[in-house]
Amino acid sequence: MTDRDGRPDPDALLARVHDEQVRRTRGRFKLFFGAAPGVGKTVTMLEAAAARRGEGVDVVIGIVETHGRKDTLRLAEGFDVLSRRAFEHRGTTLHEFDIDAALHRRPALLLIDELAHTNAPGSRHAKRWQDVDEVLDAGIDVYSTLNVQHVESLNDVVAQITGITVRETVPDHVIAEADEIELVDVSPEVLIERLRDGKVYVPEQAARALERFFRKGNLLALRELALRQTASRVDADMRGWMRRSGIRDTWAATERVLVCVGRGERQDRLVRRGKRLAEALDAEWIALNVEPVVAGGFSDDERAIVGEHLRLAESLGARAVTLMGDHIATAIADFASANNVTRIVVGQPHRSAANWRPWRRHSMLDALVQRTANVDVLVVSDAHDDDAPASPLLRATPVPPVGYAWAVGAVGVVTAIGLLLRDRISTTDIAMLYILGIAIVGSRARYRPALLASVLAILAFDVCFVPPFYTLAVSDGNYVLTFLMMLVVAVLVSRLTSTLRSQADAAQARERRTAAAYALSADLSAAREPADIVQAIERHSVSVVAGSATVTLRHPDGSLPTDDGVARWASEHRQLAGLGTQTLPASPALYIPLVASESSLGVLRVAPTDPRAVSDPTRRQLLESFASQAAIALERVVLATGTQQARVEIEAERLRTSLLSSLSHDLRTPLGAIEGAASSLADSGDLLPPAARRDLAEAIVEESRRMTRMVGNLLDMIRVETGALSVHQEWQPLEEVVSVALLRIDERLAGRTVTVDLPLTLPLVRIDGILIEQVLINLLENAIKYSPAGTPIELSASATRDEVIIAVSDRGIGIPEGQAQAIFDKFHRVDHSPSTPGVGLGLTICRGIVLAHAGRIWAEHRAGGGSVLRVALPAGEPPEHISRMTDALPDGNPA
Amino acid sequence: MTSTGPLVLLIEDEPQMRRFLRSALPAHEYRLVEAATMQDGLMHAAGRNPDLILLDLGLPDGDGLDATRRIREWSATPIIVLSARGLEHDKIAALDAGADDYLTKPFSVGELLARMRVALRHAARAQQPQEAVFRAGTLSVDLVRRLVTVAGVETHLSPTEYKLLATLIRHAGMVCTQRQLVREVWGQHVVDDTQNLRVVVAQLRRKIEVDTARPKLLQTEPGVGYRLRDDVDAD
Repeated sequence: MTDRDGRPDPDALLARVHDEQVRRTRGRFKLFFGAAPGVGKTVTMLEAAAARRGEGVDVVIGIVETHGRKDTLRLAEGFDVLSRRAFEHRGTTLHEFDIDAALHRRPALLLIDELAHTNAPGSRHAKRWQDVDEVLDAGIDVYSTLNVQHVESLNDVVAQITGITVRETVPDHVIAEADEIELVDVSPEVLIERLRDGKVYVPEQAARALERFFRKGNLLALRELALRQTASRVDADMRGWMRRSGIRDTWAATERVLVCVGRGERQDRLVRRGKRLAEALDAEWIALNVEPVVAGGFSDDERAIVGEHLRLAESLGARAVTLMGDHIATAIADFASANNVTRIVVGQPHRSAANWRPWRRHSMLDALVQRTANVDVLVVSDAHDDDAPASPLLRATPVPPVGYAWAVGAVGVVTAIGLLLRDRISTTDIAMLYILGIAIVGSRARYRPALLASVLAILAFDVCFVPPFYTLAVSDGNYVLTFLMMLVVAVLVSRLTSTLRSQADAAQARERRTAAAYALSADLSAAREPADIVQAIERHSVSVVAGSATVTLRHPDGSLPTDDGVARWASEHRQLAGLGTQTLPASPALYIPLVASESSLGVLRVAPTDPRAVSDPTRRQLLESFASQAAIALERVVLATGTQQARVEIEAERLRTSLLSSLSHDLRTPLGAIEGAASSLADSGDLLPPAARRDLAEAIVEESRRMTRMVGNLLDMIRVETGALSVHQEWQPLEEVVSVALLRIDERLAGRTVTVDLPLTLPLVRIDGILIEQVLINLLENAIKYSPAGTPIELSASATRDEVIIAVSDRGIGIPEGQAQAIFDKFHRVDHSPSTPGVGLGLTICRGIVLAHAGRIWAEHRAGGGSVLRVALPAGEPPEHISRMTDALPDGNPA
Repeated sequence: MTSTGPLVLLIEDEPQMRRFLRSALPAHEYRLVEAATMQDGLMHAAGRNPDLILLDLGLPDGDGLDATRRIREWSATPIIVLSARGLEHDKIAALDAGADDYLTKPFSVGELLARMRVALRHAARAQQPQEAVFRAGTLSVDLVRRLVTVAGVETHLSPTEYKLLATLIRHAGMVCTQRQLVREVWGQHVVDDTQNLRVVVAQLRRKIEVDTARPKLLQTEPGVGYRLRDDVDAD
């Protein structure tokens, strides 16, 4: 985290800056935390709020349950109280915290009691903590209250201590994100006394439960939990402070915990254990689920349960990962080593299952331990898992009734054939026929139909073909072996075929997912317009979840063009919403925000024909990955146009200012000189001696020419800038262009010599003569300007295979360090002294023209002082008729 | 102000330009008639029979190209067109329509006077049979014997080069547009192939110029054409 000298790591500093930025815009969140109801959280909160009100802060009660207690009521007096929102639910009216009213009222500080509360169905959020989150996001400070038993990761511990399972939980990250936690603590004795005095609110229906709850032992344990939770929070604050201050000594080596979530019902215990371990180690943690391929994969129900557990893990701060793997231990071990996992938490295989296939279960653990030599593997006991399925056989995928029909039909047909042929073939052959029937059923249907078929076959065989006929009695003990064989064949065949089929299904599903993701990314990379991307994502989403998919994109001004409130919410909060989520789950569609690095760009709305489709974690993950892929693609497209526009605008602005300043200075100066000279000629020309008159007149001529050149440059510049530069390229000898340039620059050379070196072998170049002539003039002018009078200037050209390179060299001041590129910028002048006139456009024009010729221009230091400016123009093959003509010209005397 | 010099008709709508020439030309013994519109100009061209016409290409009541054509219908009076830089296309059109030379604004009096002298001389020469030998600088061309010598040494030219040189000599001192040269050298049917022309010019230069990067005789008029100088002394 820090360098060796203890300085904070830049990344850590950056993270801190980010944290602080988020905090600045988000409201401050203070949590009043207690071990049990009745410790006085609400009262403490109201007292603190009253103190803030005393400081002049705008404090409003969002929702506070006074339960009619006098002291609480008295404290709540004098605060503004938001009206509650009424919800009709199964005939009763529930009054809930009204988040819209709160956001509209926008107080500085809002009191929202009982963070763990579950909102009435139909509310915007399923949970109150989500309301609080949104209020905080809106920049409003919040005070709230929470009891320890509602902390998600402590939920099962509390259940163990008190025997009461609390259903209303708050994810740990919400608590971790609180800016301040105040522990409201009283001793268990006082609390029990309060309960006895009726000072603790107890709902009628929960009275008995609470009686159990408020036993002294429980309260002591809960108090300890609350104290520990607060202490760990203080620890975390301390660590945070140390990190910010660049202290690293107490930093533990980075631990990473991997929790392997299976398909059992009570895997949430495992998840919570993992979370606590990770927290204790201050480690990042990952919840991993390996879906087997060979063993037939998960049923939809199992997948749903696993998905729930993975979501729980996510809400506890884990990263959830699902892998497909034939060999679970190998998959886990590979993942662990790829992700630098230091500890693996697995559940203990339940005993009944172990009994059924002990070799298999143990081999999984053994294999895992074997493959992860440097990793601690923790096996968590599963005492509560009694209700877990005894055998995977019974938990097999529900079989469509047609499978059973197959079973009955096959046995019936075999029995009929057997009865017909009973006198002609042996009983053993009939047994073989039955086995054939069972094999057919096994290959067509799954386990249970095959089992049914074998049982039916044994019965039918026994009754119809094993003497004594038409009874279940068996005369010959050998037939028992036949029955057993039939049963074994049935099991083997059906296992084999169903494994094969599952494998094929899994491979197909994986294939489909890969194909879908690949197809989308192919479409996206081809997309040039936002509309293409929208179309692609809509089309591909429907291929994942049958139904309809629509994308709504934000307007450039940030508004979302829809009346759909859920869409707005999802987009604004950059979170999933709607069907299958915690927010507005009553909605018929799932809303996935398209979040790119900078902002939410819009929303993908998926309305499935079958609502269950979006609960399937695999499909949902696929949709989410679609959304993020699309968002990145959109951002790419938007950024491409956006930055282009921004660049043009900035450049235009810079051009305007520079233009103004140069016009005001560089054009005024010659104008002033002209006006001065001309007016003195006009006013007193007759009085002046002829030599003076001549001097003035020459000054006028000189300054006018300078202005002409400047205006010419400006016009050229505008042509280059606005793209009005039309390049009329023709094959021609460079010589001609050079000669014109030299002629035009002649009078400005003021007696200086320009050495020209153009090899006769120089090929024709395809250029716009007038423009390249301008380039040469500007380069020569530049050389004149920045080199002392009398020093030579050289113009040379050479040809490589691909380019013709023109070089203008001088023995001047050279190019200042680091300005080799800058000299081509608009209005850039190396020397700003008034003795070197010019606007600084010459080289920029050169660059524009050269680029329009697909050439290159650059500056170099010249060995021995001075600089070389080089222009490379692409060489090519002139059309044949030109070269032919050139070559064919006879050198003979025409006479 | 004398009244014996050549009569110059100035067709120009910008008063500043007229004012400048009004003071400059008479000082060099030219007589000046001014017209601010094309109509006026055509009238004066017919009525005053000027020796030379200076024609601005950007007139308010019609383009100079049109004026050139109409004057050329009945008069061979030399026309020098005046136009701003960047309007090469207009210049070429006017030259092809019969104008004799052009000047790019802004220009100096010296340049203008030089062009006017050449144009007048050329006009005068047109009425006499062409001289048999053309001499400029170190170049000498015997048009009868088709003999080219440079600094006294006989130089071999290809037929195309010679044709080009002969054409330029016919218009010596005046600008020849690329199109004009292509037609005269390769024939009327040839599509404008200025790229070939450039190649031949370059080859011709290598034979008649001392320094091809600084040609003294065969000069390029950028974007317009070429000019063979006839006022170069042999040095």
